[in-house]
Amino acid sequence: MNQTENQDVAQPTDRPIIEVNSMHKWYGDFHVLSDINLQVQLKERIVICGPSGSGKSTLIRCINRLEEHQRGQIIVNGTELTNDIKNIEKVRTEVGMVFQHFNLFPHLTILENLTLGPIWVRKTPKKEADEMAMMYLEKVHIAEQALKYPGQLSGGQQQRVAIARSLCMKPKVMLFDEPTSALDPEMIKEVLDVMIDLAEEGMTMLVVTHEMGFAKSVADRVMFMDYGEIVEQNTPQTFFDNPQHERTKLFLSQIL
Amino acid sequence: MTNPPSATREYLKPPITEVGVLGWLRGNLFNSWYNSLLTVLVLLALWQVVPPFFNWAFINSVWNSPAEACRDIDGACWSVIPQNISFIIFGFFPDGQQWRPGLAMLLMIGLVIYSKDRKHWKKSLGTYWLVGLVVMATLMYGGVFGMPVVETDQWSGLPLTFMLALFGMVAAYPLGVLLALGRRSRMPAIKTLCVVYIEMIRGVPLISLLFMSSVMFPLFLPEGVTIDKVLRAQVAIILFTAAYIAEVVRGGLQAMARGQFEAADSLGLNYNQTMRLVILPQALKIVIPPTVGQMLSAFKDTSLVVIIALYDVLKTTKVTLSNPKWTGYSTEAYIALAIFYFICCFAMSNYSRKLEKALHTGH
Ligand SMILES: Nc1ncnc2c1ncn2[C@@H]1O[C@H](COP(=O)(O)OP(=O)(O)OP(=O)(O)O)[C@@H](O)[C@H]1O
Ligand SMILES: [Mg+2]
Repeated sequence: MNQTENQDVAQPTDRPIIEVNSMHKWYGDFHVLSDINLQVQLKERIVICGPSGSGKSTLIRCINRLEEHQRGQIIVNGTELTNDIKNIEKVRTEVGMVFQHFNLFPHLTILENLTLGPIWVRKTPKKEADEMAMMYLEKVHIAEQALKYPGQLSGGQQQRVAIARSLCMKPKVMLFDEPTSALDPEMIKEVLDVMIDLAEEGMTMLVVTHEMGFAKSVADRVMFMDYGEIVEQNTPQTFFDNPQHERTKLFLSQIL
Repeated sequence: MTNPPSATREYLKPPITEVGVLGWLRGNLFNSWYNSLLTVLVLLALWQVVPPFFNWAFINSVWNSPAEACRDIDGACWSVIPQNISFIIFGFFPDGQQWRPGLAMLLMIGLVIYSKDRKHWKKSLGTYWLVGLVVMATLMYGGVFGMPVVETDQWSGLPLTFMLALFGMVAAYPLGVLLALGRRSRMPAIKTLCVVYIEMIRGVPLISLLFMSSVMFPLFLPEGVTIDKVLRAQVAIILFTAAYIAEVVRGGLQAMARGQFEAADSLGLNYNQTMRLVILPQALKIVIPPTVGQMLSAFKDTSLVVIIALYDVLKTTKVTLSNPKWTGYSTEAYIALAIFYFICCFAMSNYSRKLEKALHTGH
C-alpha cells in the first residue's frame, strides 16, 4: 500500500539501511540492552553471537518493533521507529523475520502461508502472489509441498518455508533469530544452505546464531554481545583469530 | 487364523477366556467381585424397568386416537401429540394462516442445512440469508400480498422457539467474539467496558434479564415509545449468550502462541488482518466444543421465555395439557418434547464434531 511513498523516502545507498543510536531497553527494572549503536549497510551480512540471555534476540526484535525500546533511536530504511503504528507497519514490510520455532500459520497451506502477506499487505493480485510464492518455494527446494499444511512438514522444511514466506514480502533486510537451533542436526545444513544462497544474492542479513561455520564463511561482520552490550564487533577473520576482549575469548573458548 | 506357512514355531490361539464375547464380558463386566456384583445389580434394575417401559410405550399404547380412547388403556397415550399438533407447533397463530409460519420454518431449516456445507461459506451465503430473513419476516408478519397482519404476540410455538434460538446464537456469536477481543484490548476504556459487561451479564440469571427486558426496560422508555416484546426477549437472549461466548472465545485467544502474533506482525499485517486471518481462525477452531456447549444451552434456555408470557413450544405443550381432555398425559407430551430437543441438540453437536474434523490440518 505504501509503494509510492516508499520511493519518496528511499535513501541513497550509502546511508545505512539500519541505524541504531544509543538505544536502551528495559524489561521493567531490568536493563536488558544498554547503549546499543549499530549501523548496517545495504547488503551487509552480520552475525550476532553471545551467551544465553545476553540480549541478542531482544536487539533484533527491536529492529522490527516486536519489542519497544525506551531510549535512543532506531531508523530502518529512513523510517524512525516510534509509537506511530503506520511507521511500524511500514518498517515491518521492509524487514523479514525468521524465528527459532518457525511460527508458520498451521491453519493455512504452505502456499497460503506465503501469499498471506503479499495479498493483504502488498495488495498483490492472488494469481501473481501464487506465482511468486511458487518461485520462492522452488528456491528453497520445497515446491512439491505447496499444498500441504505446516504440521505435515519436517522442522527443516518448515524453516525453509518460513524463510520463503519472509522473502515473498520482498524485504530489504532479513532478521534471523537462531533459525537452526530448534532443528535436528541433519536438517541444519538444508536451512543454512538456503541462507548462504540468500547471502550470495546480496540480501542484507542480521543473523543470531551459534553456527560459527556460517559466521566464518558468510558474515561481513561478527558482533559479540554480553550483558546487553555490544562488546566487540569485527570481521570474522579478526574476530575468531584475534579477539580483543577477555569476555569474547572466554565465550569463543566455550563454543569452539 | 491359519499359521503362516513359513512359521517354524507353533502359533497358539489365545485362551477362550481372553477373546470373543466371553473375553469381553470377563474383561469389562466381571473383572472383579465388586464389578460382578454391580453388573448383576444393574441387570436386575434394567429387568425391572425396561420391559414395563417397553410395554407401556409400544405394546399397550395408542398413537393417534381421540382422548376418550386413551381412558381405558394401560399404555402410553401418544395421541396427545398428533391430536394437538397444530396448536403445539403454531400456538396462537390464526387458524388458516398457519401455512405461513410453516413455510417460514421450512425456509429457515433449508437455509441452515445449506449453510452447513463449508463449500457454501461465501459472500453469496450472506445474501441468501438476508433475502431469507426478509421473506420469513414477511410471511410471519404479513400485511402484504393479501396476508393479514399477525402481531408478534401471536407468534408462538415452534417458530418462536426456532427464531429465539437461531437468532440468539447467530447474533450472539459475533458479538461474543468482539467482546472477547475487546476484553484483551490494550485500550483501557474498551477493555473495562467489556469486562464490566461480561461480568455483569454473567452475574445474573437469564430469567432476571428476561424480566428486566419485559418489565423494567419499558419504564425507561419515553412515553409512547414501545419496543416489541418478542424483540426485547430476543435481545436479552442475545446479550446473555454473547457474554458466555465471549469468555469461551477468550480462552481460545489465550491458547494462541505468542509466535503466531509475532509472525503476523513481522509480515506487516495490521491488527484487523492479524485477528481475522491468523488468530481467530485458529482460536475459534480450538473452542468449537465449548462454543457448541454454549449454543446448546442457549437453545434450551429459550424455553425460559414462558415466564414473560411468550408461548414457545414448551408452553404451547403445557397449554395443551391444561385442556381437561388431555390433562392426564403430560408424561407422553414431555417425553415427545424431550425427544424433539434432543434431536436438535444432537444434530448440533454432531455437526460440530464433523466441522472440527474438517478443519483439522494435522498439527
Ligand atoms: N518479556 C520479557 N520480560 C522480562 N525479561 C525478559 C523478557 N524477554 C527476555 N527477557 C530477559 O532479557 C534477557 C535477554 O533475553 P534475550 O531473549 O534477548 O536473550 P538471548 O541473548 O536471545 O538469549 P538466548 O541465546 O537464550 O536466546 C534475558 O535475561 C531474559 O531473561
Ligand atoms: Mg534468543
